[in-house]
Amino acid sequence: MDLKDLYQQLILDHGKNPRNLGKFENFNKDAKGHNPLCGDKVHVYLKLDENKKISDIKFEGEGCAISMASASIMTELMKNKEEPEVKELIDDFLKMIKDSPELSSKIISEDEKTKLMSLSGVKKYPMRVKCATLPWHTLVSAMTDKPGEVNTEKED
Amino acid sequence: MNIKDIKKEFPIFDNKVHNNDLVYLDSANSSQKPKVVVDRIYDFYTKEFSNVGRSVHYLAVAATNLYENTRVLVQKYINAKDPNEIVFTKGATEAINLVANTFGQKYLKEGDEILITELEHHSNYVPWHYLRKSKGVKINFADVDENGDISIESIEKKITPKTKILAITHLSNVTGAILPIKEIIQLAHSKNIPVLVDGCQGAPHLKLDMQDLDCDFYAISCHKMYGPTGLGVLYAKKKWLEELPPYQGGGGMIGEVKKEGITFGDLPNKYEAGTMATAQVIAFGESINFINKLGIEKIEEHERELTKYGEEILRKNNSVKLIGSPKNKGSVLSFTLDGVHPHDIATILDEDGVAIRAGHHCCQILHEKLGLAATARASLGVYNTKDDLDQLNSSINKCIKIFNS
Ligand SMILES: Cc1ncc(COP(=O)(O)O)c(C=O)c1O
Repeated sequence: MDLKDLYQQLILDHGKNPRNLGKFENFNKDAKGHNPLCGDKVHVYLKLDENKKISDIKFEGEGCAISMASASIMTELMKNKEEPEVKELIDDFLKMIKDSPELSSKIISEDEKTKLMSLSGVKKYPMRVKCATLPWHTLVSAMTDKPGEVNTEKED
Repeated sequence: MNIKDIKKEFPIFDNKVHNNDLVYLDSANSSQKPKVVVDRIYDFYTKEFSNVGRSVHYLAVAATNLYENTRVLVQKYINAKDPNEIVFTKGATEAINLVANTFGQKYLKEGDEILITELEHHSNYVPWHYLRKSKGVKINFADVDENGDISIESIEKKITPKTKILAITHLSNVTGAILPIKEIIQLAHSKNIPVLVDGCQGAPHLKLDMQDLDCDFYAISCHKMYGPTGLGVLYAKKKWLEELPPYQGGGGMIGEVKKEGITFGDLPNKYEAGTMATAQVIAFGESINFINKLGIEKIEEHERELTKYGEEILRKNNSVKLIGSPKNKGSVLSFTLDGVHPHDIATILDEDGVAIRAGHHCCQILHEKLGLAATARASLGVYNTKDDLDQLNSSINKCIKIFNS
């Protein structure tokens, strides 16, 4: 257990000052996510352009430092990514949080990887993993036009 | 036994949490168990086990006597008139479901109203909610005030000629408010409205007297009373238990069973279908003995003093915002910290061995009213000390330091 791994400076910074917080006019996909156990909520908005590229992405939400930082870092990373890349990054991130020691994706820079890996501290805190993954599951839901809200307690 | 060194009666405190002494501040969620209770379960299974009420052999008779002995201990603890007014359930949740279900079945019809409050735990709302669908009843909520209190007036305001039952908490598991339930019951009774009290937080901390309170139903959660999980108690006035239909059907609760029809057993068996949580019931007798040995008045006094101390030090801490300042406060300290989410608080405190709860504490209606998605909650039990609260405060300061670094 190490709190310093969980609450790294980067996480605290993104948690306190989330990037891409808010909503924008011409989004064409969105989804809501909710963790009913702790009350974390996130709403992801994005614009997927004609080339299936995320031209803009923002989120609204309230929750713990981990969930807010995760949403913040995720939206930064996803801007200007094309659909297959988005899918690859989500899979890579969820795999890393679940059981893989590192990220394998080649489409992001080392800096970006470091940023994402700052969320890996939650792996030692099983109760907090859902805080980190909620925005990502919500992004999946938005991209695939799944109806209804993502609920951390109803995942398959 | 002395409260000052009561911690040593609880084996859990012999363990370290992340190499620290355990500072357990989550008793409103569930309390720790004294050794006598744990031992009683072991002894029952190793030396005395048999099913209750079915066979005539030595062990069965002895187990039945032990089981019924707890019923009498509970009756005396809450000063009920008759041991048959004590029904064992799987928890307070089931006790409330039992009443909502049977009372709803027999007495409620479309358009009738149930009055609850904005303070209620989901266990004292959701069971009534089913009656909206099955019976077409309406649920009204008495308003909580800015102190986290429910006043008699706020109840009176929501009573209508259609109100058929009032279901209300004794002590809020979020704001700590101890409600003036005796007066509230008097008010309800003056309008012929029966009252169910959710006593989950009342029973472990307050001296109870069912005959003096005169409530119709009182739900108790044994695992919050230094007792085993999987067990609750429903106190109900005898006339209700006689009048209401059975809740679940099965063995043990019947009179005569024929192909053409069935008659039901007498109290208390009527409401205890199937094999009950026998070991838990018997061990719960030891929880009551434990409380009685210390004296519930002494426990009340100890916890009142601690609550006051906790409130004082947390109020002095400028980063802490206490939730609720009710007139009469039980041993619950809910709070928020500027700029630190309750879940982050709970994780950071845990590192120091300080166990609190973060979230909505099964009270989403209240949290919505407070405009908060979540709060952090430190709740006390007989084993807590001022040192525990000092540790809470210093771990809170650590949170602030981490988040402001
Ligand atoms: C006020 C209140 N009511 C009801 C319950 C549910 O009790 P039980 O766990 O025995 O079903 C609780 C405990 O979580 C509670 O605090």
